Parts: sequence; structure tokens; C-alpha cells
Amino acid sequence: MATKEFKAPEMLRTGDPTGFCPGCGHGTVGRLGFEVLDEMGLLEKSISVYDVACDSLYMWAIDTDCVGTAHGRAIATAAGVKRVRKDCPVWAYVGDGASYSIGFQHTVWSAVRNENITVVIINNGVFGMTGGQMAPTTLIGQKTTSSPAGRRADVNGYPMDITKILTGQDIAYLARGSIDTVANINKTKKYIRKAFEKQMNNEGFSLVEVLAPCPTNWGLSPHDSLERIRNEVMEVFPLGEYIERGVK
Amino acid sequence: MADNEVIMKGNEALAEAAIRSGCRFFSGYPITPQTEILEYMSWRMEEAGGEAIQTEDELCGAYMLFGAAAAGARALSTSAGPGFSLYQEAISYLVGSDLPAVLVDVSRIGNALGDISQSQGDYELIRKGNGHGDTMVIALTPASVQEIVDDVQLAYELAEKYLHPVIILYDAAIGQMMEGVTLPEMSEHDINKFDWSVKGVKKGEHGRKITNVSYFCDDMYVGYEKYLRDKYQAITDNEQRWENVEVADAEVVCVAYGISSRVCKEAVRNARAEGIKLGLIRLKTITPFPVKAFEEIGPDCKGIEIVEMSIKGQMIDDVALATKCNIPLYGYLTSYLVPDSEKVIEVAKDILAGKAEEVL
Amino acid sequence: MAQIIYDKTRCKGCHYCVDACPKKIITVSGELNDKGYEVVEFDESQCIGCGSCYTICPDYAITIIKED
Repeated sequence: MATKEFKAPEMLRTGDPTGFCPGCGHGTVGRLGFEVLDEMGLLEKSISVYDVACDSLYMWAIDTDCVGTAHGRAIATAAGVKRVRKDCPVWAYVGDGASYSIGFQHTVWSAVRNENITVVIINNGVFGMTGGQMAPTTLIGQKTTSSPAGRRADVNGYPMDITKILTGQDIAYLARGSIDTVANINKTKKYIRKAFEKQMNNEGFSLVEVLAPCPTNWGLSPHDSLERIRNEVMEVFPLGEYIERGVK
Repeated sequence: MADNEVIMKGNEALAEAAIRSGCRFFSGYPITPQTEILEYMSWRMEEAGGEAIQTEDELCGAYMLFGAAAAGARALSTSAGPGFSLYQEAISYLVGSDLPAVLVDVSRIGNALGDISQSQGDYELIRKGNGHGDTMVIALTPASVQEIVDDVQLAYELAEKYLHPVIILYDAAIGQMMEGVTLPEMSEHDINKFDWSVKGVKKGEHGRKITNVSYFCDDMYVGYEKYLRDKYQAITDNEQRWENVEVADAEVVCVAYGISSRVCKEAVRNARAEGIKLGLIRLKTITPFPVKAFEEIGPDCKGIEIVEMSIKGQMIDDVALATKCNIPLYGYLTSYLVPDSEKVIEVAKDILAGKAEEVL
Repeated sequence: MAQIIYDKTRCKGCHYCVDACPKKIITVSGELNDKGYEVVEFDESQCIGCGSCYTICPDYAITIIKED
């Protein structure tokens, strides 16, 4: 008789419950990363890098080596770790606020240098940790604490789409997933798996952006947050694999 | 290099000495007058089996260094003036995360863009700045190319002893000058030597977390207060470095570091030949400030002549504190010009004649 | 046949699992855990072991063991 288990990696289950809000996308996306590494036999060897935002709460739940760095600098820090620890899987687990505003230079330049790291970016359309301010990915018309009347293009520009910015860059992999349904979570996990495989194959920079809910700062129930991703967010940020060197 | 006795430019000697100390990672950005360090590293580091990255800005330079240091490597990032201003947050993070690291400021003249010639206008930045939140670094101030070479090894040792960032500060004159040096033998650094650094966990090990050390202290800031104060006190007690030249019987004592101190050494020699009792306290660290150096000042001292390439006279407060405001302070402040030894003596004569104006 | 192991202490009451279950065997229980979150309950006898609840749960509060 074969047994199939749906179980979080041991190194996650020995820790405290996470500090994320109910329904927060971080819980699922981070877990996918740890699952992939566990299935590849690499979880113990891995080093994850966080900045100061909600992503950093995973540092206390996962029993692997972790580095916490300044806001916007996780990708640069991860590149530094990997350059001196080439045999360890190294990944930056970060938010859209940091990666597309204050840390944007490093996001783009790590791609330009094809740094051999994996970057997983949560796209939840807000700066979550600081109370839900407008982020580079906030939608036009979306109300946040720093766009109370809704984001306007003439003042704040249009939502930033990393897939458009990295088009044509010679990197290993770029994909966007979502965690609004079980099917999309499974697809996203495959994207993250590809990203880590490419790192361990020394192919260079891989980035997976994941559409995720922030019920607390969206002012929606968890259920309604997933609906919002399906009905509004996905229209602006389409899912799929955008770059795979040698394939597309 | 088979021959360790060479003539080298200060900046290049810094880079070579770092490599010989086991540094195998450099990240930095071009800015005059220290770009030679980046340029030298861009070919020499690979020869030595390491990596040198020209980053997109100083911030990336500092944070790649942060990552490399977190992983246990000896890493280096260097900048000058406006670029060093960009390091401030990162230095605060290095302090707060207990990471050993070496950074370099090759000081140039002026606020804003200023100019590229030498000055000592970054004293306060490095002595008192270094980012937000009760930060303090260790800062070495070499005055010759040989001292740069020796200070690099010392910097890594101190950084690892205290788990703390160390800054090497020298002015453009020293960075650009060529002098004969004896280089140390090549050495390797074991990246796995620290238990605390991230490297992947073995079975049964718990994950290490490189982040604010305060998170791990008893009651967070209650415990961290004591921890950090104790660390700073240990640095202050044990790491003051200075060189005194004819201080004990001096009637005027110069205080200087870097290129200014070399000019003062010449002034002391020439003044003594004229029968003027001039002395020099040369600062070899500015943090911790070598308060102990001032204990040698004798009862005959009529005044202290602060010789600094700055507009404000940035050392004045520290010297006043070190002497408990008991000795009149005078200044020979030259902003971007290297001080002149004849003028140092002239100011000393004015002090002795009661004609000089105090700076405080 | 599947076994459901539910760690109530990790549950934050988001109820994603309730919608995700294709057999609709997960319901809101009306009971609060120690943290005050409204936890769920399962009709284990009807569970097909698809793992959807595990997959959608942000807190890995659910473990599913399926025997074939």
C-alpha cells in the first residue's frame, strides 16, 4: 500500500506558528519555497535572506540559516552570500515594496549580472508591515493609506510590472504565479522548483513573483482577498513563465 | 609576487594587503580618489581565487559585503566622501548584527561634490556618524603606505575579535602617494571558522539567524543596552592607538593624523633644532579616540595645536575632552591644502608668544 | 481513506480550506482556539486525501496522510 503525505517540512514544523496575519499570502508562498528545497534534499544547506518587512517573520519559523538585512537590500545581500557560498542554495524572500522601489536597483542589477540566486517576490500591492501604504504594484484607483482617494497615474505612475522591465534580460528564469487557488499554488510551486533547479545548475538569476493576498491592509476577508486577486490583480499582472533561457 | 619589497601606491597597497590578509570578496563602486582599489581588485582578486564585483552603487557594495560577512568571509568595500555617506545605514546594520567587516574611506575635500584632492573633513562622519542608533565603529588612521598595509591585517583581526565593522580612514594624499612597502606573505582565511556564520546546517544543528543582535538579548533592549555598552567599553579600553613624538617636555603639542601628522613630524624635528619644544600626538585610531596619549603631556605645555585639513576643526571637541579642557587649544586648519611644516612652527611660536587665538 | 491531522494551535481561522475542499467536508466550527481564532472541523470519514486543504493553508495547520 502506498502512502502519500501532505505535510510541511520537518524544519518548519519544529518552529513556532508564524507571525503572519490570518490569510496572509506569505504563509503559503514561503512554505512552497521550503517544500521545494526539502524535496530537492537542499533545505538544510539553504540560506534564506529577508529584509525588514513581513517576509522576515519566516526567519523565526524555519530552522535553517537565515540572514536579515536592511529594507530593500535583501537581493544584494543574497548575492553577496552566494558569491562566497556557491555550494549553498541561496534565496531572497522579499516583498514587492522593497524590491520595486528602494531596492529596485538591486533587483535589476542582480539580473544584469545574472547573479546565481533565486528571488521570490510577494506581489500584494501594498507595503504591508508599515500599515498598508501604496506600493509600486498598487493598482490604479486602489485605496491605500498613502493613496486614500485611490492611486492616480499622473501623481504616482502606473503599477510596476517586473516582467516588462526584465524583458530581454539574459537571465535564467522569470515567472509569475498566484496562490488564489490550489491549482495556481501547484503551478507556482513548479515555477519555484524550476528556479532552484536552475540555480543549482549554475544558470544564473531566477525570479518568481507571486500574487498574494494581504487581507489586513486590503480591508477584505481572506475569502474576498482571493476573489480580488482573481478578478482585479491578475488582469494587470498576468501569470505565466516569461523567461526561460534556452526555451523562451 | 615573489618579492615582497615593492614600491606601491597607497590605494593599490590597500587592495594587495587585503588579499594577502585572506580577503576573497570585494564589492565597490568607482569614486575618486579611491577608484584604484576597485581597478586593482578587478584583475588581482581573480588571480587570488576570489571575486571582485563592481556594483551599481555604494549601497549594493555595502550590502553584498554584509552578505559575504554574514557567510563568514573576509570582505571589503571601499569608497570616498559622498560615497561613504551612502554607507551609513549599512554600517548601522553591521554594528547591529555583530558582523565583522572592513570598509575604507579615502577622504576628499568638501561637502556636496566638493573636489577630489585630499582633506580630513570626514573625521566627524567616521568618529560620530556611522548610521542611526548608538553606533560606534573602530577607525584606524594610517599615515603611510606601509601603515595602510599593516592596518588592513589589524582591521580584520579587530573586526573578528569584536564582531564589529572597522573603518580604515586615510586622505587622498596617502591614497595616491607611492612609497616603498614590505608586503606580508599571502594568507588564506577559513570561511568556516566561525560557528555563528551562515553556511547551511548539519543534521541536528539549529539554524543561525544573522539579524539584530538585540532580538536575542534578555528583554531585548534591556539586555542589549548592557551588551553594547560593554562592547564599546572594551573597545575604548583596549584599542586606543597612538604615537607620541617628544610630548613629555613639549611646550606646544601638535595633534594630527594622516598626512598632517607627517608634516608635523617634520615640524617637530625642525622646531627642536631651533630650540622650540614642539611635540606631536599622532592619532592612529580616531575611534576609540586615544585619550591615553594625552596623559604624557607635561606641566610645561602651554597649548595644543590642532593640525587638520578641515574647515570646521573637527578634532577640537575630542581634544578638549581628552585634556578635560585644561589646556588652551589652537588650530591650524587648512581644508584642502596639505599643511606646511614651517607654518606649523609659526603657529607654535604664536602660541608661545600669546598671539594666537584659541579655537574654543 | 485518509487521515487528517489538524493542529488547531497553528490555525488562524482564515477558512481558505473550507472553500478549497472539493468534497465540502470542512466547516467552520464556531469554536475558538487559544489565540481567539475560529477554527474549523473535518468530517474525516469523507476525506479523499486530495491535500487541497494542506495546499491552500498558509499556516500548515493541516497534515493529510493518504493510504492508497
